[in-house]
Amino acid sequence: MREFKYVITDQEGIHARPAGELVKVAKGFACSIKLEKDGKSGDCKRIFGIMGLAVKKGQEVTLTFDGADEDAAYETVSKFMQENL
Amino acid sequence: MQIYSGKSVFGGIAIGKISVYRKDEQQVKRTRIEDADSELARYNQARKDGIEQLQQLYDKALKEVGEANAAIFEIHQMMLEDDDYNESVENIIRTQMVNAEYAVATTGDNFSHIFSSMDDDYMRERAADVKDISERLLAILNGSSGNQIQAGEKVIIVADDLAPSETVQLDKDLVLSFVTVHGSLNSHTAILARTMSIPALIGTSLPLDDTVDGKLGIVDGMNGKIYVDPDEAFLEEMLEKQRQEQEKKQLLQTLKGRENITLDGQKIMLYANIGNIKDLATVLQNDAGGIGLFRSEFIYLERDDYPSEEEQFQIYKTVAETMASKRVIIRTLDIGADKQCDYFEMEKEENPALGYRAIRICLTRPEVFKTQLRALFRASAYGKIAIMYPMITSVREVCRIQEIVEEVKKELLQQGIEFGEPEQGIMIETPAAVLISDELAKHVDFFSIGTNDLTQYTLAIDRQNTKLDEFYDPHHPAVLKMIAMVVESAHREGIWAGICGELGADLELTQEFLSMGVDELSVSPGSILPIRKVVLETNVEEYKKSRK
Repeated sequence: MREFKYVITDQEGIHARPAGELVKVAKGFACSIKLEKDGKSGDCKRIFGIMGLAVKKGQEVTLTFDGADEDAAYETVSKFMQENL
Repeated sequence: MQIYSGKSVFGGIAIGKISVYRKDEQQVKRTRIEDADSELARYNQARKDGIEQLQQLYDKALKEVGEANAAIFEIHQMMLEDDDYNESVENIIRTQMVNAEYAVATTGDNFSHIFSSMDDDYMRERAADVKDISERLLAILNGSSGNQIQAGEKVIIVADDLAPSETVQLDKDLVLSFVTVHGSLNSHTAILARTMSIPALIGTSLPLDDTVDGKLGIVDGMNGKIYVDPDEAFLEEMLEKQRQEQEKKQLLQTLKGRENITLDGQKIMLYANIGNIKDLATVLQNDAGGIGLFRSEFIYLERDDYPSEEEQFQIYKTVAETMASKRVIIRTLDIGADKQCDYFEMEKEENPALGYRAIRICLTRPEVFKTQLRALFRASAYGKIAIMYPMITSVREVCRIQEIVEEVKKELLQQGIEFGEPEQGIMIETPAAVLISDELAKHVDFFSIGTNDLTQYTLAIDRQNTKLDEFYDPHHPAVLKMIAMVVESAHREGIWAGICGELGADLELTQEFLSMGVDELSVSPGSILPIRKVVLETNVEEYKKSRK
């Protein structure tokens, strides 16, 4: 299992559009990818799960990757987060 | 005449027939089914059809309103593919043995409730998206084509609220304005109105019945009012106002894309002042040649602790990338005086305007300064960034800044972090800097004159004090002489000089600035095109002769 912590810098937080893009990226991997904020967790492959966390700018989220391709997923998703959120 | 007030989303005046848009909500009955699998197959077919419809809407929206506004339909597709949503529908069908319509309606209600109870305006607004996709599925399941807005002529659309799919299905050429009872500034109707640049009101409490439908209406996006059944005289008045507005708009539009060049061939750069990354759209809309003053303070003011290097880097990088190859002049931290940050824990001062502020804070707290410089140098690798230091009074300060800059570059190099080589300039906003501008010009790449502070320090008048208005002359010859002097000093050393204070936008002075040889004016985005108009109509040589 791998873990990635990140503080959201995007002014609008994880709003609909980046949530949708994140889901697209996450769906490219077989491993489970979870996004956690303040003890609440959502599945990165489910748009309602991500939007439901209402992550705002300045908040820290933890992504956990668990499964066969977790290393590749870690690389791609953490890069996506840094570049877009 | 009836008058209703709402919140204006976009200015302008629209005059035309009102068309009330009524939704026919899908009626859902709960019926028992025998075969869950075939009901589920029916649901999945509807879902497939829905995704296909959304793809068509996406393609249509992409062409009409651009990618940013079309993205919502892609998100709707993802919502229809969301496992949580689908599992909920499936679960209801299987456990309760009920029809797909009922399962969809219930799931839609539940999910939209999750969003509408959130503590966030933007997310609350997303409840409408969930309702929209659920309505779409219901319409497909019921075999109805969904409702279209029918109009044979240009109309003012009045509705309770409009779903994104409804607004996109509208024939844009036939919509004069949107007026909705509900909706927020983040709603799709509001976003669409802004993209289409048509007047629109939200939160307008008007009846959606025959007292309004089919009547003549006037929407005034300036004062947020809709007038129904206007009398003759008022209609005349508004028609005239509309005509004048359109003339002005057209005039400014014809100026877009033109070079800022006088009749006798002198050029000037017209840049925009911005105080937040959100202002970037208006910068581009108004055809700015670059950003002449990016006030970095907002990054520090809107928070409770020092912003990190990474956070700042992302912001500067975004601006640099958005402006592509255009120059972006970022002013380093300028707090103190009237702009205070609690976490800087600064002592109370007797005379803050003459106190601990701007570069003085940066030079005594190099760790804060270095964080910002690192972020700026790193972001410079992504565009044409220039750095500008505020409140300079001596050559010694400039040399000290250069020492710190060298340290920052050395550290970045050692750490193997990529950075660019931004231009570095200073603000000229103290009489001291004006008088030694010939010396300062040898050490920097450009000057930008901050006329607000320069005027205040030169005339010894506090601009906030209204009692002093009669003594205050923004065109005081002392200030104008200083500007001329700074430009001369700059040109003698082969660097450029601009103005980024309020005076730069003063149309009465544009010709004067041109005759002084000012290289750049940085003004609020809305002032760029009016200044361009003056520049295009000016003959500098003739202006100089006329003044003698």
